Amino acid sequence: MGMNNKEDLDAMIAKTPARIGVGRSGTRPKTDSWLKFRFDHAAAVDAVYGEVSDILLKRLDLFKVKTKADDKEVYLRRPDYGRKLSDEAKRVIDAKCIKAPTVQIIISDGLSAKAIEENVEDVYLSFKQSLAVAGLDTGTPFYIEKGRVAVMDDIGEILGPEVIVLLIGERPGLVSAESLSAYICYKPRLGTIEAERMVISNIHKGGIPPVEAGAHLGTVIQKILKYQASGMSLVKKEHEEEKREKLG
Amino acid sequence: MKLSTQYFGEIHQFKSLKEVLAKANEEKSGDRLAGIAADSVQERIAAKAVLSELTLADIRNYPLLSPEEDEVSRIIDGLINGTIYQSVKNWSVAELREYILSDETTGEDLKRLSRGLNSEMIAAAAKLMSNLDLIHAANKIEVLTKNNGTIGYKGTLASRLQPNHPTDNVDGMLASLKEGLSYGIGDALIGINPVDDSVESVKRLLHATQDVIQKWNIPTQNCVLAHVTTQMKAVQQGAPADMIFQSIAGTETANRSFGINVQLLEEANEIAKAYGTGTGPQHLYFETGQGSELSAEAHFGIDQVTLEARNYGFARYFDPYIVNTVVGFIGPEYLYNSKQVIRAGLEDHFMGKMHGLPMGVDICYTNHMKADQNDIEDLGVLLTAAGVNFIIATPMGDDCMLNYQSLSYHDIATLRQTMDKRPAPLYEAWLEKMGIMDNGKLTKLAGDPTIFNH
Repeated sequence: MGMNNKEDLDAMIAKTPARIGVGRSGTRPKTDSWLKFRFDHAAAVDAVYGEVSDILLKRLDLFKVKTKADDKEVYLRRPDYGRKLSDEAKRVIDAKCIKAPTVQIIISDGLSAKAIEENVEDVYLSFKQSLAVAGLDTGTPFYIEKGRVAVMDDIGEILGPEVIVLLIGERPGLVSAESLSAYICYKPRLGTIEAERMVISNIHKGGIPPVEAGAHLGTVIQKILKYQASGMSLVKKEHEEEKREKLG
Repeated sequence: MKLSTQYFGEIHQFKSLKEVLAKANEEKSGDRLAGIAADSVQERIAAKAVLSELTLADIRNYPLLSPEEDEVSRIIDGLINGTIYQSVKNWSVAELREYILSDETTGEDLKRLSRGLNSEMIAAAAKLMSNLDLIHAANKIEVLTKNNGTIGYKGTLASRLQPNHPTDNVDGMLASLKEGLSYGIGDALIGINPVDDSVESVKRLLHATQDVIQKWNIPTQNCVLAHVTTQMKAVQQGAPADMIFQSIAGTETANRSFGINVQLLEEANEIAKAYGTGTGPQHLYFETGQGSELSAEAHFGIDQVTLEARNYGFARYFDPYIVNTVVGFIGPEYLYNSKQVIRAGLEDHFMGKMHGLPMGVDICYTNHMKADQNDIEDLGVLLTAAGVNFIIATPMGDDCMLNYQSLSYHDIATLRQTMDKRPAPLYEAWLEKMGIMDNGKLTKLAGDPTIFNH
């Protein structure tokens, strides 16, 4: 490989976290890139079993509740338990939270406690700021341990917010074991279908920067409130409006 | 319908066909999650024994989900060829299995038989089959489809190049794309999963991939796997897509949770034909995977193997260019470990081929499953032996956007060279012209993505 070629290759490698320019021995990967892959997989497996520290929750002033999944293996095998709040959680939320806010923010470790530890603070603070600028009230945010996305339906039933935003750890990948997703839904209730939820995923240092994601979330929320819809219903309503504008 | 059997003096009694089908499955965490799995290994085998004696007519006459209440059932039942069905309806499921495996029965025979079967019958046969049965039977069936190039020929192994990027950055995506091309990947498809499901983002990625295809005259096809409605808009606005993609499921309710129905997919097919850049005749791409119906809480107490078969019954109505199961992506609550993923991969591939579909597999796992790269390399070998039409490949097996591991560019090249398979013919000719492949082997030039920079 000539010098120009190497510069060329390095420029390509710099454009993506994907494992490219790794070369080969026969048709197989080189030993160092193979072992790096194995090492990153090992780190990702370990991230699944981590926990969010009380220090972070205290700093963000979040109280903690649990789902019906009381142990990690149960959580992994039984997502239905992670979608349901424990009875205790329901009581605590009902007692502590402001009812019927415009925007309810919740945070959960999901499949990567590391995603919360590394990214949630920046997203959360910039998101709250963008909502404040827009003059939207945010109720009482809290943390749910071992939650799944649809746990927001249970919360929608108790608190009746216009919109719920759930910041949750994604299942870890090899490039990043700390990627965060923001799931958004207009009036989630028991029986809400998945196509009504929206997601901004890949929030981490190497993906969508957390501060930027927080600001972007604010914009998305305003659109959802304007159309009173999220997910596929939002696409449909936007489409109808486009048609009307064209005709008009 | 006889729903009981006796073994070692113990009587096993089942209440319904639905229960027999569920309990006859090999162990899957998804069936346990649904609360429908066999309680013991002996009960599982008893269910298989009961199932083996039921007739195909029993299966048709006792629908798990009636055509009146479910659109997918309507599509599947509507496609049954009455003449062929009449000729086999008195077969037991055991006879069906043995017919499929018989040396007298060719792949063409199976494709003909398939037109008289519904998806539940095909699933029933799969439940009686061992892993090697599934490999041997699937390998008989050659399914050819064409968009720009034809794939599926015996002796070939095609691949989907999946150059995803965590922010849809075009240069980053292109870097992975070029790396893949340099390993001979991408004859089935260059297909990107976008992070941003907006029309603008989809258009950008379609243009970027089509530019590379045009510049280097690559005999392949492109697709951006956003929601079907987003792609329809992008294509109507002039973005160059060779086909339109959608994830599908095995019940109408589950499809609704994906925001789709029959009418929408028919519309998508028409739009792909009218506006898409692919030659055809096939213009659609579907992905499936065991467990999606339960995940959408739309499984109606039916087991995940039977529901997966219904995906294929639904898919074949639309005559797709490619279909693949994303086996192992869904997580440990449906497929707990490598043993379950390997079994599911072989079942899905067999059941898809038995429906006459151009079946590929995304052989993969997530980081919260009990599986690793060695396990999916094993499944890659098994599926190549089974004659899989195409396999999905990512750089070093690591998808840096979807956060899961699949097979790698290296793996496809290795499977081809180890198991004496070639890329799709037009694509191989192109690789030879580019100096990347020579007589089925990678050349010295292969593996250097910079050859596509100038």
